[in-house]
Amino acid sequence: MSDRRVVITGIGIVSPLAFGREATWERLIEGKSGAGRIDTFDPEDMPCKIAFQVPWKSGRGGGEADPHAFDPEAFVSSKEMRRIDEFILYAIAAADEAVEDSGWKPEDDEGQERTGVMIGSGIGGLESIYQTAVTLHENGPRKVSPFFIPSALINLASGQVSIRHKFKGPNHSVVTACATGAHAIGDSARLIKYGDADVMLAGGSEAVIGRIGIAGFCAAKAMSTNFNDTPEKASRPYDKDRDGFVMGEGAAILVLEEYEHAKARGAKIYAEVSGYGLTGDAYHITAPAEGAEGGYRAMKMALKHSGIDPTEIDYVNAHGTSTPKGDEGEAGAVERAFGDHAKNMSMSSTKSAVGHLLGAAGAIESAFCALAIRDQVMPPTLNLDNPSFETVLDLIPHKAKKGRVRAAMSNSFGFGGTNASLVLKEVK
Amino acid sequence: MSDVLERVKKIVVENLDVDGDKVVESASFIDDLGADSLDLVELVMAFEEEFNIEIPDDVQESIRTVGDAVTHIKAHI
Repeated sequence: MSDRRVVITGIGIVSPLAFGREATWERLIEGKSGAGRIDTFDPEDMPCKIAFQVPWKSGRGGGEADPHAFDPEAFVSSKEMRRIDEFILYAIAAADEAVEDSGWKPEDDEGQERTGVMIGSGIGGLESIYQTAVTLHENGPRKVSPFFIPSALINLASGQVSIRHKFKGPNHSVVTACATGAHAIGDSARLIKYGDADVMLAGGSEAVIGRIGIAGFCAAKAMSTNFNDTPEKASRPYDKDRDGFVMGEGAAILVLEEYEHAKARGAKIYAEVSGYGLTGDAYHITAPAEGAEGGYRAMKMALKHSGIDPTEIDYVNAHGTSTPKGDEGEAGAVERAFGDHAKNMSMSSTKSAVGHLLGAAGAIESAFCALAIRDQVMPPTLNLDNPSFETVLDLIPHKAKKGRVRAAMSNSFGFGGTNASLVLKEVK
Repeated sequence: MSDVLERVKKIVVENLDVDGDKVVESASFIDDLGADSLDLVELVMAFEEEFNIEIPDDVQESIRTVGDAVTHIKAHI
């Protein structure tokens, strides 16, 4: 690989904690939870009735009276709203914030052609597909909207963002379930390293808290069902009472930029994307391999590419979905990958506070790693009252932890047995 | 009958997000009101719904202005 280095110069976040990077981060560090009873439809007949919804200014998702609620009208007109599924709406908003944060708004051909977009999603416009299927069934093909297909296609998040900002470089999209966001960042960094672009908007977006999405994951027995009356207690990675993941929604987009390019324009730099590893389990469609074997190899590969000594990793943002099997496997794999150094490391699962953002998970968690490096503070694992296993890792229960963060690792594992691991490090 | 233009205008304003003053009979959906081919399909669907008529595909092709739409609708309701 070339010696071109890739750094993060912008971050945009739409999350269940808040709209916006700083509001989300502040609430995460304060130990707040974005969970609640689902209010976009009546979840009474669902085994899981709770989720981490984005707070909307309209009141949805607990957004009433929240100064950091998400206001779609600040980004798109009512006409545009009808053309896009909500996963695209979240991507547009997060991309706007990321671009604004980076200050990179090229108006010349070269700048625009050297800037690309790679935003993925786990399932894309699932709710639009569901609603349209109902319309088709009840009213026939003449009632199907001409905007149905472009609102549901996963790569239309990248398409819409590129049109909005005139970014004419590589336009790509990732679909690797819950590893999507991490793959988008890793692959985008490689496009920059390879010289195909100088700047990439990379990340993920997801919005499937609808009847079909919840019913589907419930049927797969992947979701928490024991905490419907205490939503904030439901996502509890590593705790002995955990019983499945809790769905989140939102988007996170990073502006990745070639280091010299960023330096030349005096851009603020959060961290360097220095390592990326990706593997497959070849084991089962939904269950992780024994001992998170595939995740282990992804971590080792990311460490190797990063060129840093593993003892420089101070913090791991775990995949940690709060499922009985996955959490322990990953923790064991981290201990194995880091050996003696594991006892000096901290690892938390921010899914305890924002839920599982599926295709956006790897992106928002990488953003949290970058912010941990910026502020030298590590977000907590909420609800970790009684760990179900012994580990030498500090799992940062309940409260954020101040401490040196020289480099951080973000893990993301997805259905289908797909694994991605990223290493971010501080830039001095 | 006389309110067909007003009802068409209302749909156009809502669907295309345009100022009502611009929605005159001579206005071209594409050239004057900023519509694209997908907007046109959606507009026709909205006309069908509002006036409870069916506008065949070959007729849809010939509807280019607000006046075209009004004329066709008046002839079929």
